[in-house]
Amino acid sequence: MLKFCKHIFSLVALSASVLFFIVTNSFANPTKVGFVYLTTPGDHGWTYAHELGKQMVEKRFGDDVKISVVENVPEGPDATRVIRELAKQGNEIIFTTSFGYMEPTLKVAKEFPNIKFEHITGYKRSNNVATGNIRFYEGRYIQGVVAGLMTKTNKIGYIGAYPIAEVIMGINAFAQGLRSVNKDASISVIWANTWYDPVKEADAAKVHIAEGADILAQHTDSPAMLQIAEKNGALGFGQSTDMSAFAPKAQLFASENNWGPYYIKKIEQLKNGKWNTGDGPDHWAGNEWGGISSDMLKISKFQNMPDEVAKKAQEALSGIKNGSIKIFAGPLVDNTGKEIIPAGKTLDDGALWGMNYYLKGVNGKVPG
Amino acid sequence: MITFTPRDKVSNSWTLIGPILSIILTVIFGLLIFTFLGFDPAETLYQIFISPFSRIDRVSDIFVKACPLIIVGIGLMFCFRANVWNIGAEGQFIMGTLLAGSFALLFPNVETKLLLLCMFFVGFLGGALWAFIPAILKTKLNVNEILVSLMLVYVAMLFIDFIVRGPLRDPMSFGFPLSKPYSDGALINKISFPGIGYLGQLHYGILFIILLIPLAWVFNNKTLAGFQINVLGSAPKAARFAGFSRERITMSVLLLSGGLAGVAGVIEVSANIGQLQPEVSFGYGFTAIIVAFLGRLSPVGILFAGIIIATVKLGADNAQMTMGIPKVVTGLFEGILLFFLLTGETLQKYKIKWSWNK
Repeated sequence: MLKFCKHIFSLVALSASVLFFIVTNSFANPTKVGFVYLTTPGDHGWTYAHELGKQMVEKRFGDDVKISVVENVPEGPDATRVIRELAKQGNEIIFTTSFGYMEPTLKVAKEFPNIKFEHITGYKRSNNVATGNIRFYEGRYIQGVVAGLMTKTNKIGYIGAYPIAEVIMGINAFAQGLRSVNKDASISVIWANTWYDPVKEADAAKVHIAEGADILAQHTDSPAMLQIAEKNGALGFGQSTDMSAFAPKAQLFASENNWGPYYIKKIEQLKNGKWNTGDGPDHWAGNEWGGISSDMLKISKFQNMPDEVAKKAQEALSGIKNGSIKIFAGPLVDNTGKEIIPAGKTLDDGALWGMNYYLKGVNGKVPG
Repeated sequence: MITFTPRDKVSNSWTLIGPILSIILTVIFGLLIFTFLGFDPAETLYQIFISPFSRIDRVSDIFVKACPLIIVGIGLMFCFRANVWNIGAEGQFIMGTLLAGSFALLFPNVETKLLLLCMFFVGFLGGALWAFIPAILKTKLNVNEILVSLMLVYVAMLFIDFIVRGPLRDPMSFGFPLSKPYSDGALINKISFPGIGYLGQLHYGILFIILLIPLAWVFNNKTLAGFQINVLGSAPKAARFAGFSRERITMSVLLLSGGLAGVAGVIEVSANIGQLQPEVSFGYGFTAIIVAFLGRLSPVGILFAGIIIATVKLGADNAQMTMGIPKVVTGLFEGILLFFLLTGETLQKYKIKWSWNK
């Protein structure tokens, strides 16, 4: 009898534990995550880098996340509608991955105070809107170092998208790297006035080469510049993602945007109930602005360069990583000779976002 | 050689059967494509055609999306009825928006909606001015209006880009190309329904369509000007014999359609964006050309055509969100839909003759 009771007891215990397992599992719903993309991801560039980040999220969390993606969303009323729809469909955290989604994200966030929003590259935050960005300029410093050592003509051709602070600080960081190894080289900038237009980017690259540049750098999104470099025996750097497949002999290295760790961190925070927007006093301090040291900016393999150049590049990389290289440390002089800051001081983040001048080493002046 | 000859009489039954047949063919092709690509075809069609109607706020978003298309489409209707080919509504939309927006930014602290009213006029003026260029060139020098109006689209795009990055850039925008936000008086509010609140993005700008459609109908069918436009379009010789001035009509329809495109821009930006940015039109001016023809150049038809196009666009987004169907696939489907609708439309009106001799 006692034995029988024992059996019953264990049976009940077993079924109870099975039941418990089922119940807890059904409560451990996957976290619903939404992504809004500016374009179709394709196989290179800005949105593709976000796609790679999304894939890292999938790999890390597996069935614990359920991801919805909307691609090709124009930066206007459509964005508002799509973000709202993602919120209505129960996504708990929504990543909007282009600058132009700033106002749409804020607008929808106001209507859904319990949902977390992550706006990439913006400068406005609210209680449930955090902003994340990458210190792209760190990679450009290393590009400058490599360019300075590799150039024979001492002419660097730079293709910029638009004269906004983000692009200008990249040019200036490049100039700092360049001048750290080669005081004779200088940078000429052509503005493409587009983030993505292979034809215009290719044209700009041709002009640079015709004017004697042997190293090209870009702050635009397509591999066109590298392809032109490849054809003309020039060298250059890839943008956003590794572009060596497009120009195996021309790409020296690429600065890769690595959004995965940021996404994973924020989703993890959400799962643990610790999601936050940072609490800096101004726009920039609360912004999650990660670079090489936090692995948000990665440098692809150094190639098509002699070992000693690769060694210098590696030194610059570790210098930035461990903080021994301060890219915008004084004395800083702009290219008209005006002092920006004296020795001993370093530009802070706010000053970087106010850049509307070229540092020494860049030709011409900022348009506008 | 393929030749199109107009049918003497368009049969009534075919005007009904035509579109239905087009939709059936679209659905068949859609089923094939979606099955072939490994998506559940029934679910996909549901997402594209039905899901936009599945919630009241989604329905209101259809109207928000269709609003600029319908307004620009009706403007283009006047042109196309008169056989004047204004392809540059996109540029007129942008210039109307830009002029009205610059006007609004002159009054940073105005609360009264009188400002908005003024913006409608300024926006109309801006669009009309941009259409005046092809109009004057056409009437005085007989320059092709298709080319001029189209080329001016790119000029307008670059111009607003320049203005927003330069003179009108908000100093607080960290170098990003955005103007200051409009003041409250320049904004079109969202409609708040008692007990429900806001429905999606539904805004008072929609009322303009309700006003415009009957007006356009009356203009087409009950006024001398509307009659003159129709005659000029369908029988230019008759129009000349009747003494209608081709120049005056061409000028008027271009100004009218440009103006309406400008007003559409004012509504779109004041309701949905609230500041100037490099991109204010998202192909509305071009899509509206399809809308105008799909709506058979009639105001009510354009209303429905606008709704159909907006529905499919919204449905495509829903299909992406719920099923992960890439936009290129739904874009392909949109193309098939338009192809069959417009082919059906053409075959109703024209007989096709194939001749093999060279």
